[in-house]
Amino acid sequence: MSVSVRGTSPASRERYGTTMNELGVVLVPLASAALLAAIPGYRISARLNVLASLISLLFAISLLFDRPASNQYLLIDDLNIVFILLNTFVGFTTSAFSASYIAHELESGRLTARYLRFYHAMFQLMLFGMNLALIANNIGLMWVAVELATLTTVVMVGIYRTHEAIEAAWKYFILGSVGIALALFGTILVYLAARPVIGEGMDAMVWTNLRAGAHAFDPALLNIAFIFLLLGYGTKVGLAPMHAWLPDAHAEGPTPISAVLSGLLLNVALYALLRFKLLLSANAAAIAPGPLMIGLGLLSLIFAGFMLYRRRDIKRLFAYSSIEHMGIIVFAFGMAGPLGNFAGLLQMTMHSLTKSAIFFAVGHVAQVKGTQRIAEMGGLTESHPVLGWTLVAGVAAIAGLPPFGVFTSEFLIISSTFARQPLLAILVVFGVLISFGALLLRLTSVAFGPPRGPTGPVKASYAPIFAHLVLVLIAGIWLPGPLVAWFQHVAAMLG
Amino acid sequence: MLGLDFDVAHMLAGGLVLVSFMMLYQDRLYALLNVLALHAFVLALAFAWQAHIQHAPHLYITAAIALGFKAMLIPWALRRIVFRLGIHREIETVVGIGITMLAGIGLVALSLEVMLPVTTHADPVTREDIALALSVVLIGLLIMVTRRNAVSQVVGFLSLENGVNLAAAGAQGMPLVVEISVAFSVLIAFIVIGIFLFRIRERFDTVDLQALDSFRGERR
Repeated sequence: MSVSVRGTSPASRERYGTTMNELGVVLVPLASAALLAAIPGYRISARLNVLASLISLLFAISLLFDRPASNQYLLIDDLNIVFILLNTFVGFTTSAFSASYIAHELESGRLTARYLRFYHAMFQLMLFGMNLALIANNIGLMWVAVELATLTTVVMVGIYRTHEAIEAAWKYFILGSVGIALALFGTILVYLAARPVIGEGMDAMVWTNLRAGAHAFDPALLNIAFIFLLLGYGTKVGLAPMHAWLPDAHAEGPTPISAVLSGLLLNVALYALLRFKLLLSANAAAIAPGPLMIGLGLLSLIFAGFMLYRRRDIKRLFAYSSIEHMGIIVFAFGMAGPLGNFAGLLQMTMHSLTKSAIFFAVGHVAQVKGTQRIAEMGGLTESHPVLGWTLVAGVAAIAGLPPFGVFTSEFLIISSTFARQPLLAILVVFGVLISFGALLLRLTSVAFGPPRGPTGPVKASYAPIFAHLVLVLIAGIWLPGPLVAWFQHVAAMLG
Repeated sequence: MLGLDFDVAHMLAGGLVLVSFMMLYQDRLYALLNVLALHAFVLALAFAWQAHIQHAPHLYITAAIALGFKAMLIPWALRRIVFRLGIHREIETVVGIGITMLAGIGLVALSLEVMLPVTTHADPVTREDIALALSVVLIGLLIMVTRRNAVSQVVGFLSLENGVNLAAAGAQGMPLVVEISVAFSVLIAFIVIGIFLFRIRERFDTVDLQALDSFRGERR
């Protein structure tokens, strides 16, 4: 292991071995999980949790400047660095939000100090699983990491131990486990396809080797493998026929976990899908993965759009909105091409930032009102102006209104689709519009009108919410040149 | 060349499919758990045989895990849960056993039809193992959707997972098999502890979202 101090441009990055910053992204959360499990006081562990997430974020940022070479297990390339940065950033802001949120949960007696200790350790363990899945250069290691991330989130979803929470956790668990088992079957089939080309053993599970040899893989085997992977990891993405776990898991768990589920875990599964999609695109004789992803994406989008109208629970409402957005993102990556991939990446980033900000705000709203039922909350802009207007801004952003970044990416997706497949573009516009209507309908009843429900003071930490929304706003008005160049490069890489 | 190596591997994989079928028609939880133990036992034998013919000593470890953990510990723990929760009555099935068996036969035919043509380049042991493993996976899914009791759904999942493990062992030279098998064991332990701690005894419609929605007052 070589510790590097030299800050270099991404161009000169050929070095051998694992560097400190690469390991830092995974080892910091792992070590903090062990540490937090040992510390009883919740105040100090909440702060340590923030600190640990910040250190992981700093390590992730350092990856931009000093990129280690890949080895059999770990890999940093232009694609996963986007995900790692987003993951550690939202992980950090969520830990800051969680510190203010969780104190209230303790006061209101929903959680005890012992559960909080467990909660903090699990939070870091979950970040470890997600970072490991993103950084893995090995499809077997990636699978184990996704499984770990799933297990930790299952435990967190059930942490309130109410009847609903346990049922939600169980449902998530069973559906997630089936998804994960199918993904493993797909992974084994990929290995079988790679074995005659790359040779037996570990080499045939290393992502960089797979990518290099994919053109010579047996196409039929690769096709079937992708079906399993799409069903398996697609369950974790929350695509429409396999989405049943998602709304329950979002609604019944603690709000920081809802934010992380929507903002990060769905992305991790999406990342796994994108990796395997690349293998298929590299093989000329295999089926095109695009149409499958377009189909599932559209189905999720339109289905979730309609389902949004029937929601009575505010967290379930935004959970369905996550399904809708994952549908749009998968659709964009399915359309592919430089513009489609670019828009998909942008939409994914914007969705992560906006949706976690919304969940932060919703968490505070639910704490003030003491309920998650939309009917029992109202007039928020009057009773709590800052919180209310923040929520309005967040929902406006997620609904795709200008000048926020989601508007930019959705506009890109729709306009680029119009140029290639006008009929599909009409379907996307239709889906976006119906969910727009549903979100605005619910927003008006929550934010405006006479105040309903308790109007006690709110002890909210606005910094994480503002940080996310300001980033989304900036992205909507002006995308920095280097970021555009970088996303364009990744988009080209995705084919 | 198809010698004894192939015949025994084929027989054990086929045996696993057969035991999966035995699960389909069990209508008592205790009997179902016995069949589950048998399933894991056959899996352990299949692992050991693969270890022998592939000269892969690490597969003996997975065989030992399958034997100790899946064939003994898990059925024992589930048996205790069934006893404690007092749910050793008949299993609630969604459709009749005859139809389920026919569907199972259909699934085996489907998986052979799908897998055999695409694995013509693989060696015969791997080829048969993968095809039969897919049958076990699909029958496991069938068990999960036709049962409504949490314990029997878990049994379905365990058999599904055994099928995936069979595929992993059959894929010659596949690395990380031991690690994956340990990861799965952790998952299973979580599930079993989960049922035990949370005393999940009522029926679960994991696929029926509407029932849950109305339960949560999400309907008008």
